[in-house]
Amino acid sequence: MEYLGQYKAVYKAKSGCEDILAKSQDGGIVTSMFAYALETGIIDGAIVAGPGSEPYKPEPMIATTVEELFEARGTKYSISPNLALIKEATRSYGLDKIGIVGTPCQIQAVRKGQLYPIGLRDVPDKIALAIGIFCMENFPYQGLFQMVEDHCATKIDNVTKMDIGKGKFSVYTERGVNSQIPLKVTHKYEQPGCHVCLDYVSNMADISTGSVGTPDGWSTVFVRSAAGEAAFNKAVEAGWIIAESMDGVKPGLELVEKLATEKITKNQAYLEHRLHKDHPALKPLRNPYI
Amino acid sequence: MGLLDKLKGLLFGNETVREGKQDAKPGVKPADTKVEQKPIITKPKEEKPVADKITVGHVHMSGCTGCLVSLADNYEGLLTILDKYADLVYCLTLADVRKIPKMDVALVEGSVCINDECSMEEILETRENATIVVALGGCACYGNTTRFCRGGQQNQPQHEGFLPIGDLIKVDVYIPGCAPTPQQIRNVCLMAYLLLKGNDEQKALATAYLTPLMNLAAAGTEACGCDLMTEVINQGLCCGCGSCAAVCPVRAVTMQFGKPQIERDLCIKCGACYAQCPRSFFSFDVCGQYESITNLIGEVMKP
Ligand SMILES: Cc1cc2nc3c(=O)[nH]c(=O)nc-3n(C[C@H](O)[C@H](O)[C@H](O)COP(=O)(O)OP(=O)(O)OC[C@H]3O[C@@H](n4cnc5c(N)ncnc54)[C@H](O)[C@@H]3O)c2cc1C
Ligand code: SF4
Ligand code: SF4
Ligand code: SF4
Repeated sequence: MEYLGQYKAVYKAKSGCEDILAKSQDGGIVTSMFAYALETGIIDGAIVAGPGSEPYKPEPMIATTVEELFEARGTKYSISPNLALIKEATRSYGLDKIGIVGTPCQIQAVRKGQLYPIGLRDVPDKIALAIGIFCMENFPYQGLFQMVEDHCATKIDNVTKMDIGKGKFSVYTERGVNSQIPLKVTHKYEQPGCHVCLDYVSNMADISTGSVGTPDGWSTVFVRSAAGEAAFNKAVEAGWIIAESMDGVKPGLELVEKLATEKITKNQAYLEHRLHKDHPALKPLRNPYI
Repeated sequence: MGLLDKLKGLLFGNETVREGKQDAKPGVKPADTKVEQKPIITKPKEEKPVADKITVGHVHMSGCTGCLVSLADNYEGLLTILDKYADLVYCLTLADVRKIPKMDVALVEGSVCINDECSMEEILETRENATIVVALGGCACYGNTTRFCRGGQQNQPQHEGFLPIGDLIKVDVYIPGCAPTPQQIRNVCLMAYLLLKGNDEQKALATAYLTPLMNLAAAGTEACGCDLMTEVINQGLCCGCGSCAAVCPVRAVTMQFGKPQIERDLCIKCGACYAQCPRSFFSFDVCGQYESITNLIGEVMKP
């Protein structure tokens, strides 16, 4: 399972709070974990993808109350530069124990920032809980807009939920599933930087979560670090999270691993291709990994 | 022993170095730039020298002392470093040693004024005397604000040419940023210690850790917010994480539609944004071990 990273435990889980589940993307793990951590002082604020100036255009936001966490529920399939607030959180917000949610690349940026704090004075030891979400790809807002308005023929203002799963991009309005397009159609709108990404399930997070692997309404959760384990176990004990064994769950870890392997081998091949070894007349493109 | 006594002992390194300094020939600074460096503490209280410490010096070229302040801002952490891992054998601001001695690691702050003979001599001596030369901070790495100097300033109006140290000597490691952070300086010092004094496993870790900072040093002496465009976005690598915007000391970087937008006139060329970017360099070997490395740093920094 090398593509799934190191983890101490994996669960099928969901929030123990109906209010959270009412508008969460999947099992409401991210919102529940942060809400529990806020209430118990594990964190004193969390950087989340809040609502922005346009529908489904996320804007990084520092939530210091459960109400603010609620505003950020649900996946926005566009770029939310959550790291942009990581220093500010310790300055004007005065946070000492930061929670942050991010895609795998953003969690990588958190860890790089902790070990190489080139411009992150006094930040490294203030990251208390980094929750990673699974991520196959992300879309610049203009691309997402085109997917929804042109391909799905839906006004983005009317959308109540977007979801990627079972090979489809689905757009929901108040009337339910309004439109679905095959993921194939969306590929050309992907952020180019996603094509060199070598992480699917946020291997470097304290806890990582996504929908793949578990039935609708539930989430798959990897508990990875000591800090993640302590927080998760306490949240389960306190009833904020309901966690069950992954044994026998369908489609289960097998599917998670299959998708992780597909993503990473494809992107490794692309990184290799970028070196242009087959085309000596082309200079190589830059490879960030060492 | 009180903290101050401890600091006194530590700031002066070990006796032999002090003796070496007394043999040294007097400095060759021109009379008008000669500044009597009053050491903060005149009577060092020596602790037993620890045999396997490394020797570190701070070489002050044309910089604002912000880098040195950052080093000092490790507070008790600095004492731990000086206590267990490194002797500060040269540091004009803090220790009474005038001539650049032999040392394992030279932390060079500031760019070099090529119109000043003394500076030119000192940067050469630094290279000749140090095993590892670290460019400490944006000015030493990339020129930073001194890139914008055109001379005419008091009291040396003729000083107009300033170069990042890498344009004059070979530099081994870069610590970009304005100012560089206390934690980044601490990490480089600890890794340099492990590299020179550690066991095989520690040497391997230190090498893996320092390699990207060595690569930055090998890559050149020019930095700008534009690197985010030319080396990241133009190369199809940006993931929109926002790290660049977080670290810019002059807030020249904002995020628009998930990509950095650089206010180029504000940029002071410190190199922090590009170095912090996860898509400038990223080591799975190092970052994947963040938990154990963080624990290790916590452990070794215990007083
Ligand atoms: C671009 C993208 C691609 C994804 N791809 C997959 C996938 O391939 N497979 C899979 O299983 N899961 C994927 N996910 C994760 C999934 O959609 C859910 O976000 C995850 O399961 C968390 O759901 P939840 O109910 O626990 O969280 P909620 O309680 O609903 O909270 C969601 C949290 O995610 C944050 N968030 C929302 N959008 C973003 C964003 N764009 N960037 C950063 N943070 C954000 C919010 O701030 C909020 O705190 C993806 C998520 C994103 C953003
Ligand atoms: S695919 Fe990778 S690079 Fe793209 S948003 Fe997801 S984690 Fe980031
Ligand atoms: S944009 Fe900001 S961080 Fe980047 S080099 Fe310029 S001043 Fe430094
Ligand atoms: S730091 Fe993040 S947002 Fe900035 S250029 Fe690098 S990848 Fe893009």
